[in-house]
Amino acid sequence: MKLASQLLAGEAVFRHVIGAGEYWIDTVRAGQRLRIVDVEGNQAADTLFYNSSDVADRYSAVDTIREQGNVYLTCGSKLLSTSGQVLMEIVADTVGRHDTLGGACASESNTVRYALEKRTMHSCRDSYLLAVGRHDSLGLGKRDLSHNINFFMNVPVTPEGGLTFADGLSGPGEYVEMRAAMNVIVLISNCPQLNNPCNAYNPTPLEVLIWDADVS
Amino acid sequence: MSNRISDTYTTVIEGGKHWSLTLHAGRLLRLTDTDGGANVGMLFYNPHNTLERYNAPDTLKCQHTFKLTRGHCLYSDMGRIFCSIVEDTSGWHDTACGSSNARSVAERWGVASYQRFRNDWIQNGHDAFLVEAGKYGLGRRDLAANVNWFSRVVAAEDGTLTFDPAHAVPGAYVELRFEMDTLVLLHTCPHPLNRADAYPRRPVSLCISKALPVAADDFCMNSRPENLRGFANNDLYHLGIGGAGGGTGGAGADAADHVS
Repeated sequence: MKLASQLLAGEAVFRHVIGAGEYWIDTVRAGQRLRIVDVEGNQAADTLFYNSSDVADRYSAVDTIREQGNVYLTCGSKLLSTSGQVLMEIVADTVGRHDTLGGACASESNTVRYALEKRTMHSCRDSYLLAVGRHDSLGLGKRDLSHNINFFMNVPVTPEGGLTFADGLSGPGEYVEMRAAMNVIVLISNCPQLNNPCNAYNPTPLEVLIWDADVS
Repeated sequence: MSNRISDTYTTVIEGGKHWSLTLHAGRLLRLTDTDGGANVGMLFYNPHNTLERYNAPDTLKCQHTFKLTRGHCLYSDMGRIFCSIVEDTSGWHDTACGSSNARSVAERWGVASYQRFRNDWIQNGHDAFLVEAGKYGLGRRDLAANVNWFSRVVAAEDGTLTFDPAHAVPGAYVELRFEMDTLVLLHTCPHPLNRADAYPRRPVSLCISKALPVAADDFCMNSRPENLRGFANNDLYHLGIGGAGGGTGGAGADAADHVS
C-alpha cells in the first residue's frame, strides 16, 4: 500500500548519501523514523537490522513474511526479529512493494548467476563484510549477515512457484520510511551490481534521513 | 554377520523430533513421508567450515524459483551446491516460511511438558534446530532460512501466502544427492503455517545410500546454466582439498570412495 510521509526533509536530524557500492551502518533509536530514498530510481537498498542490545536477535525475513501472511513488504509491515520482536514498522512507502526473498549479491553467487570470471566484481556482501570488519566492536561477523531486505526491488513470485526479477516499481525520489520499535543497528549496502538489468546496469545513490521521535 | 552398517542405512524419525548427521559427498538421502502430512525442517552447513551454510535466497534466485523440486540444487552462500534434488514425487517444497517456535506452537496446541508427557511432549522447529546446532558449536546466530520438505506454501498474485494442508500425501518421497560433505540438521516438527486441530506428529523414513557418479547429462546439473556453474564451483573446491576432482561432477564419487 502506498502512503506518503508528512515529514519534511528540512527537519531531519541526519542526512547521508550512500554512493553505489558503499555501505552505511548506524544505530537508529526507538521512536526515530528512518527514510531511505531511491534518489535516481531503480536502485536496490540491501538492508539488515539488529536489536542493538542483543545482535543475535536480528531481522528475520522468513518470520516477517510468514507472520504477515504476505511475501512482499510495504506500509504496515512489521519487520520481525528471529525471536519475534518488532524491530521496525514501515509507516510510509511511495513504491508499494519491496522484496525480502532475493537476498544480497555476493561474489560467489555472482559466479553462479552470471559467470565464474565475475568473482572479483564488487558485491553487497563484500560491503557488508567491510562494514562489520571495520566496526568489529559491534560483535558482528559473517554469520550475522543473514537474509536481508531489498528495498525498491521488485521480485514477483508466481502462483506456480516461479520467481522473476521484474522492472522496478520504484523511480527517482521514491522512498520508504519506517519507525524504530527499539534501538536498532541498521546496515545498508547500496547494491553495486553491474550484471542485472533491474537497475539498467547503472547503480545510483541512495539517501538516508532520520527524524527524532518527537516529530509527528 | 558384520557389525558394520551396510552401504544402505534406513531409519525412522518420529514426528516432532530432531536429529543431525554429516553426509559425505556422493551420498544419497531419501526422505519418505510414510503416513502423509509430514514436514521436515532442514539446514545445511559445510562441516569443515560451518560459516559456509545453506542460503535460501541464493538457491531461489539462482534458479528463478520459489518452490523446490526435482532438478533444483541447494546452494551454500559460497556459490557451491550442498545437494541436488534427484527424485521428488511431491513437486513442491517450501523454503520461505522458516520454523515453528515455542510461542506459536503453544498458542496453537498448548504446552505438553516432558514431565507429564515424556516422549510425547510437544517440541518446536526453532528449538529443535538450536539443540542440534549446539552439538557443533553453532547457535542462534547460525540459524538461517530452512527447507520445509513436503510442505507447499503458495503465494497469490498479491503476495498472500497460503499453506496447502492436502499437499503431503502418504508415500511421497524426495531424494537428495550430496555434492560435497555436508552437515545436516533436521527436525520433524510441523510446518509453522500448519493449523491442524491436533499437533501433527508425522514420522519420516530416512534412507542413506551411495550415489552413482554424476553423469555428464545429469538432470540437475543441466537443468539450468547456473547449475553447471555451481557444479564447476564444487569441482574447484574439491580440487583444492586433495585433487579429488576431475571431470564435471566427478568429485563427489571420488570423495565418497575416499571416506568410506
